[in-house]
This record gives sequence, structure tokens and C-alpha cells, in this order.
Amino acid sequence: MITAEVILAASEGANPLLPNWWEVLVTAVAFAVLLFVVKKFIAPAFEKSYTDRVEAIEGGIEKAEEAQAEANALLEQYKAQLMEARTEANSIRETAREEGAQILEDLKAKAAEESARITAQAQVQIESERVAAVNSLRTEVGTLATSLAGKIVGEALEDDARSNRVVERFLADLENQQNAGVSK
Amino acid sequence: MTAFALPMASNDGGFIPPTISDTHVPDILPWMAEYGTGFGKQMLLVILSVVLIAWFFKVAIRKPKLVPGRVQFFAEGVYSFARNTVGRDIMGEKNFRPWIPLLFSVFTFVLLNNLFGAIPFLQIPSFSHAGSAYALAAIIYFTWIGVGVQKHGIRYFKLAVVPTGVPGWILPLLVPLEIISNFIVRPLTHSLRLMATMLAGHMIVVLAGSGAAYLITQQDNILLNATGVAVIAGSVAMYGLELLIMVLQAFVFTLLTAIYIQGSLEADAH
Repeated sequence: MITAEVILAASEGANPLLPNWWEVLVTAVAFAVLLFVVKKFIAPAFEKSYTDRVEAIEGGIEKAEEAQAEANALLEQYKAQLMEARTEANSIRETAREEGAQILEDLKAKAAEESARITAQAQVQIESERVAAVNSLRTEVGTLATSLAGKIVGEALEDDARSNRVVERFLADLENQQNAGVSK
Repeated sequence: MTAFALPMASNDGGFIPPTISDTHVPDILPWMAEYGTGFGKQMLLVILSVVLIAWFFKVAIRKPKLVPGRVQFFAEGVYSFARNTVGRDIMGEKNFRPWIPLLFSVFTFVLLNNLFGAIPFLQIPSFSHAGSAYALAAIIYFTWIGVGVQKHGIRYFKLAVVPTGVPGWILPLLVPLEIISNFIVRPLTHSLRLMATMLAGHMIVVLAGSGAAYLITQQDNILLNATGVAVIAGSVAMYGLELLIMVLQAFVFTLLTAIYIQGSLEADAH
């Protein structure tokens, strides 16, 4: 169907390598206009957008890093504070225990001292009362005995010389007796 | 579209394959003039591409947000592709910044004009016309030569064509080769690579379209009609391949731009 003549006829078409000069002109001018527009308006806008984004992202990362560092510092601080508080609580507890023991010890000592003091005081009092009783007894017994003996013997005792001698002797005996009791 | 653009049947009813001429629809101004004498669809699309690119990226970045929306995200993706993947990776941290607008413009310009070939009714990759490819490659050709001269003075041409570290006796052989390779072949391959891939892709679409139309409408045999449908189905796969090539060629063209300029900047480094 496709004969040699047809192919020959087809090859008589325009040479594709020969330009239409109008096309050359239009393309060159159109490209120049495009280049101008791109250089003047489009490229700067894209570059600016690009720079802004880089800045925003890098700024954001920096900010995040800062926040992270701050958070870490705070955490460290809290941990240190917690540790400190714990140590302090322990030491307070320890001190309280020691103080309690000390107070108990003191109270015990004080009580013992007090009781000893009371005991001693009582003994002193008893001793002094005994001495007083002995003294008063000594005087009263003499008088009582004399008056009793007088009543019993009556006028026999009118003779002063004799009665004096008797009382003297009695008291001496009594004294001897007492001395013997004390030494005994 | 093919219906009026392509003569589908010759007098004897045989199939006439579409020719290169058919990739040029008649000019708009003056109306329906022959190709090559006035203002045509392809030029309209080139201008449209500039308007679309400028409008889209301007709107996408009008109120830039730190957390981009869908449109801004896409626009920034394209921008950072031209900026980082092509510019920074090829030209290096030191050199790439002044060239971002150029690389971005080249990439979006070529990409959108290629993709026009995949959009129904627009359906023509602008760079399938040699003129556009020559124009863009020429701009870049003079740019990298200018950069070299500006950076190294007139000595740049010596740096560019005399390789260092080779024995002197081989230089008479190497220098002409370097001149041909750098200053003659390079702009040609730069432009023709783009033009040829786009033209080929476009021709496949045209061929598939006209072939399918011929098989379905001009043939009485039901089996041949069915073959026409199969051609359409097959052309969908070709369409997918074309999309890939369109994006890839935009990338390659931009990549080469970056490599050439980088080569001029660092002409004394090797």
C-alpha cells in the first residue's frame, strides 16, 4: 500500500532542522521575559520562604533543646532536694531518738537522786527526834521519879541531906545504866 | 484535529503517512498562511507557557507558609528540584546561587512546553520545532561562553580547548577535536537532542492518530477497523512513554545547562 512514491512524497516535507525564524525570535524573547520574572519575583520569594523555614525549624530545635536542658536541670535539682530532705529527715529522727534516750536517762537519775535525798532527810529527822525524845525523857523521868518517890516515902524524905544523897545515887545509877545501854 | 491537518487518503485510497510538515499547523496570523511565514500555534503556546509558569509560581508563593499547602508544596518541590538536585549538586555550594533563576527558568520552560505535547488540543511540544530548541540552546551557549570569558578572560578559550596533562605531541590532534566538541557539537547536540525526542514523540502521536483514523474510517474490512482500535490502545502506552521522555528531556536539558556553566566557571580546575 505504501509505495516508494508515497515515501518520497512524504520526505519532501519541511526539513525539520531548518528553523522558522519567527519561532526563534518568539522563543528567545519569551524565555528572556520568563527569566526576568523568575529572577525578579519568583526566585527571591522561594529563597525567602526557604530561609524562613530553615530558621523556623532550626529555631524550633534550639528551643526544644533549651527546654529539654532546663527540664533536665530541674529534675536534677528536685532529685538533689529530695535526697537532702531524706537525709535531713533521717538525721532528725536519729537526733530525736538520742534526745529521748537522754531525757529518759536524766529522769531516771533525777528520780533516784530524789528518793535518796528523801530517805536521807527522813533518817536525819528520825535521828534528831530520837535525840530530842531521849533528852526530854531524861529530864522528865528525873522529876517524875523524884515526885513519885516523894509521895511514896512521905516525910522520910524531909531530911534534905538524906534525900539529896538518895537522888544523887539514883541518878548516878540511872546514868550508869544508860551509859551501859549506849555502849552496849 | 488531525482531521483537517492531515490529508488522510490520497486519490487512489492508499494511506499517506503524515510528514514533518504536518507537525506545523498553518499560521494564525496571517490567518491560515503557510507555515513559516507568520505567527502560529507553536509560538502562541510558547508565550502561553511563560504566562502560565509566571502566574502559577507567583500565586503559589504569594503567601508563603512555613507549613506549605498543597500548591505551595508542589511549587517548592519543582523549585528545589532545579535549585538543589540540578544546581547545587552539579555546580557546587560555592557557585550555584546566582544560577538558580536561570536553571529554574530553563527547567520549567522546557518542561511545560514539552508537556504541551501531552495535553489534548494543545498537543504539540513546542520544542519539536527546531527554531525554539535552537533559540534556547543558543542563549545557553552564549551564556556559558560569556561566563568563561568573564571569569578567565580571553585565556578561557585556551583553557577550554587545550587539555592539561597530555603530552605535547598529541595536542595538534586534540585541540581541533576539543574545538569541534566544545564549540560546535555541544550546542548542536544540546538543541537537537531536545528537538529530536520531542519531534519523534509528536510524530508517533500523529502517526498513530492518522493511522487509526485511516483504518477505522477509510476501510470496509471489520478486522482492519478493529486493528485501528488496537492502534489507539497501543498509542496510549506510547503516550505514557512520551510523558516520561518529556520530563526526562527537560531534566537532561537543564542538567546539561548546569554542567556547561559549571565547566566554564571551573575551566582552570582541570
